[in-house]
Amino acid sequence: MAKTVLEVRNFQAFFHTRRGIVRAVDNVSFKVHEGETLGVVGESGSGKTVCQLSYLRLLPEPPLRIHSGEVILNGSLDLLKQAPSGMRKIRGSQVSMIFQEPMTSLNPYMTVGSQIMEPLRIHLKLSRKDAAIEAAKALDRVGIADVKAALGRYPHEFSGGMRQRVMIAMALTTKPKLLIADEPTTALDVTVQAQILDLLRSIQQETGMAIVFITHDLGVVASIAHEVVVMYAGKVMERGNAEQLFYQTQHPYTHALLQSTPRIDINQGKLPAIGGTPPDLSRLEQGCPFVGRCAHKRAICEGTFPEAKLYPAGHEAYCHLEGLPA
Amino acid sequence: MGLGYLVKRLAVMVPVFLLVVTLVFFMIRFAPGGPFSGERNVSPEILRNLNAKYHLDKPLMEQYFSYLSDLSRGDLGPSFKYANRTVNQLIAESFPVSLELGAIALMWALAIGLFAGGIASMKPNSFWDYVPMSFSILGICLPTFVIGPLLVLVFAVWLEWLPVAGWNSWEDRILPSLTLGFAYAAFISRLTRGGLLEIRNQDFIRTARAKGLSETRILVVHSLRGGLLPVVSYMGPALAGIVSGALVTETIFNIPGLGRFFIQSAVNRDYTVVMGTALLYFALIFVCNFFVDVAYALLDPRVKYE
Amino acid sequence: MSRASAIQTIGIPLQPEPAPKGHSLWGDAFLRLRKNKLAVTGLLFLLVECAVFAFTPWVAPYGFETQDLSNTLAAPSALHWFGTDTLGRDLFTRVLYGGRISLLVGVLASLVSVLIGVLYGATAGFIGGKLDSLMMRVVDVLYALPFIFLVIILMVYFGRNIVLLFIALGFTQWLTMARIVRGQVISLRQKEYVDAARTMGVTQFRIVLRHLIPNSLGPVIVYLTLTVPTVVLEEAFLSFLGLGVQAPMASLGTLISGGVEVMEIAPWLLLFPAAALSLTLFSLNFLGDGLRDALDPKGAKD
Repeated sequence: MAKTVLEVRNFQAFFHTRRGIVRAVDNVSFKVHEGETLGVVGESGSGKTVCQLSYLRLLPEPPLRIHSGEVILNGSLDLLKQAPSGMRKIRGSQVSMIFQEPMTSLNPYMTVGSQIMEPLRIHLKLSRKDAAIEAAKALDRVGIADVKAALGRYPHEFSGGMRQRVMIAMALTTKPKLLIADEPTTALDVTVQAQILDLLRSIQQETGMAIVFITHDLGVVASIAHEVVVMYAGKVMERGNAEQLFYQTQHPYTHALLQSTPRIDINQGKLPAIGGTPPDLSRLEQGCPFVGRCAHKRAICEGTFPEAKLYPAGHEAYCHLEGLPA
Repeated sequence: MGLGYLVKRLAVMVPVFLLVVTLVFFMIRFAPGGPFSGERNVSPEILRNLNAKYHLDKPLMEQYFSYLSDLSRGDLGPSFKYANRTVNQLIAESFPVSLELGAIALMWALAIGLFAGGIASMKPNSFWDYVPMSFSILGICLPTFVIGPLLVLVFAVWLEWLPVAGWNSWEDRILPSLTLGFAYAAFISRLTRGGLLEIRNQDFIRTARAKGLSETRILVVHSLRGGLLPVVSYMGPALAGIVSGALVTETIFNIPGLGRFFIQSAVNRDYTVVMGTALLYFALIFVCNFFVDVAYALLDPRVKYE
Repeated sequence: MSRASAIQTIGIPLQPEPAPKGHSLWGDAFLRLRKNKLAVTGLLFLLVECAVFAFTPWVAPYGFETQDLSNTLAAPSALHWFGTDTLGRDLFTRVLYGGRISLLVGVLASLVSVLIGVLYGATAGFIGGKLDSLMMRVVDVLYALPFIFLVIILMVYFGRNIVLLFIALGFTQWLTMARIVRGQVISLRQKEYVDAARTMGVTQFRIVLRHLIPNSLGPVIVYLTLTVPTVVLEEAFLSFLGLGVQAPMASLGTLISGGVEVMEIAPWLLLFPAAALSLTLFSLNFLGDGLRDALDPKGAKD
């Protein structure tokens, strides 16, 4: 059994705004193991990104407030109990993050080399010379040609895909145990996307790094994720490994997501879409948040939030139904 | 190094300056009430100087080119009003004073502006933001000739902490330079706040935080260079403003600078002095703007590719 | 409901959502402006000021030049609301007349600047190409120069003619207007419907003209509102130095200058004209800022 790198247990984080309390992350739990990629799937506003940003303390508090739960790193460190200075030491060294827009996520006024060297010099206390050597190695590892020249260049001199590689290099120099990837391929075109996914996979195989991969694209999930967690309105709807989720779907929402993914291998006819819109997170009712758009809703769904229904091999779905109707 | 960009700027600056110079030449030559016009109201000595200088018996084109060559050597010609003095001499007496006044004013502007704007950007929408920024509206809207007398009223007349006018001791320098610099402090504080805030909202600052960098490092290493670009650009117009603002400040505080001298010459219709001073100031502003452009190109790596 | 039939939905059919209330650009802008308290205050102040200025000869308690040598340098009182100056003239009256002139010169000069700017900018935009590029580079360079020097020089040369004054002042502000107008012309020329209309035989000039005016009106008005205080300030600046409006006329700048001379013994002679000028400038600036924010919702707030 591989080591658990990150365990999130009953994590709750809400935004306290003038309009009300927004339950952005509501009782979320998941685990990621060494050498494994966890796909966190959901629509915009599902809380998939806010969840990770919250426990990393990258969101301003207020208006965010962390209410309860535990986020255990490497089996022993509860991130939620760390002071800001402690978290700063962890971010960039043990846990790294890459973001969606490589265009704007790199500092346009600093050379690529100095940005990559920063975590090395700050966290690992390397000298300038050593840091430069490591940075060069990192750039080489992510497939950037002419590394020496690249170090002295500025981000705007690279293409989108190369910039994302630079981001990855920057995130990996300190050999973190966990990488949080927030939709890193969404802004890239398909061919580049495939290359980046390949890169991440190969690095993971080499180093045993765990990856939390946030995305709304099920195709990407199928391509890279071992385990998957499906989120909606800040709550977990279904969790399991990739095969279970794709072939033994138990939650109506997951099913709807799969149905609405455009496919070129089957004739879908008119493109199915999920009717309605996600709920207002500051005005959530008691029951299942998907009830307004669910094709299989019952009376009980409006009143109580379902407990987890357990399926074989760790597969869970939060639904009142006993498995998806045919 | 963005050479193309700078060369293009120069390519327009030089002809425009030349155009201004040509205009000046013709304005001096055809000044109503000057020796070249029908009226003979200039003293014979001055007339002699002018004839000698401007070769009035030679054809116009020759006069123009000799004027240009004089100018390229920095010779601004004789005064219309003071028989034995050249414009250069007269300017040289008062220019250093204005230079000092302008420099101190700029120092105030940068010190107050950067500091206030920086703090406001660190704590937006708080007391440290609203109060200085509201105060800065005063500086932007109120003219120098209102702020100056008000400051004098409060600090010199009522509180009697500082002298009313003059330019002798170091205390004399405080009120005038503060008056002159206040408006620019206001602008700079807003630009600093705006620039730094905009940077702080950028994605790459979030990336920096995700890398575990301290807020200090994020401010100094990641934010300053980009955030202060608007302030750097502003140095051009700020200088132009300080130059013209000095006209009023020197008048109010009775400072023997070039600004006050310029106004006096304007009232006295000493054409060559008026034109010469204006030319000096224009040249100064052009040169400074050029340096500002250079500085901007150095600071923003993206400019190279314009 | 064609939308529902076009997609096969999983789940409940779409509920019809209430259509959003439509507003024209101007209606929208007006609503936004109303919410901006500073701008509204400024607008109200200006309206009152203009009303008073329009009726000054009837509103002013004394004549502009009426002297009362037995009552010089009097402090504000019931008889003289703002006090009197060195010649016993009522300051309130003088501030009213002075303010009138300041505002008048400001508005006229701004109109001149709009005229010049529109001509220059439209020409550059229409002609396009290298000439346009050159014209704009010239604008870039001229931006740096303090035009006030030019105005002073013109005043020196051609005497203190008030008409010349506001033409010269107008000349100091045309640059930004030129840029705005040129931008509008260029963006219009690029729009597809220009080509479409052209194939129908309408001349390009006509099309641009028809669309240019309504589209540019917004920025032009905003800029005009912001130019007026700048020019009022410049005029006051000149008058303060003795180079602007000449006696017997006096603008607020002249009055302030007079006030500075005696401020140690009669501060009201400085404070009232200064306050009048400052409040006018504030109001114009707030209104202009408010208009700009109202007409351009995407504009970054600070």
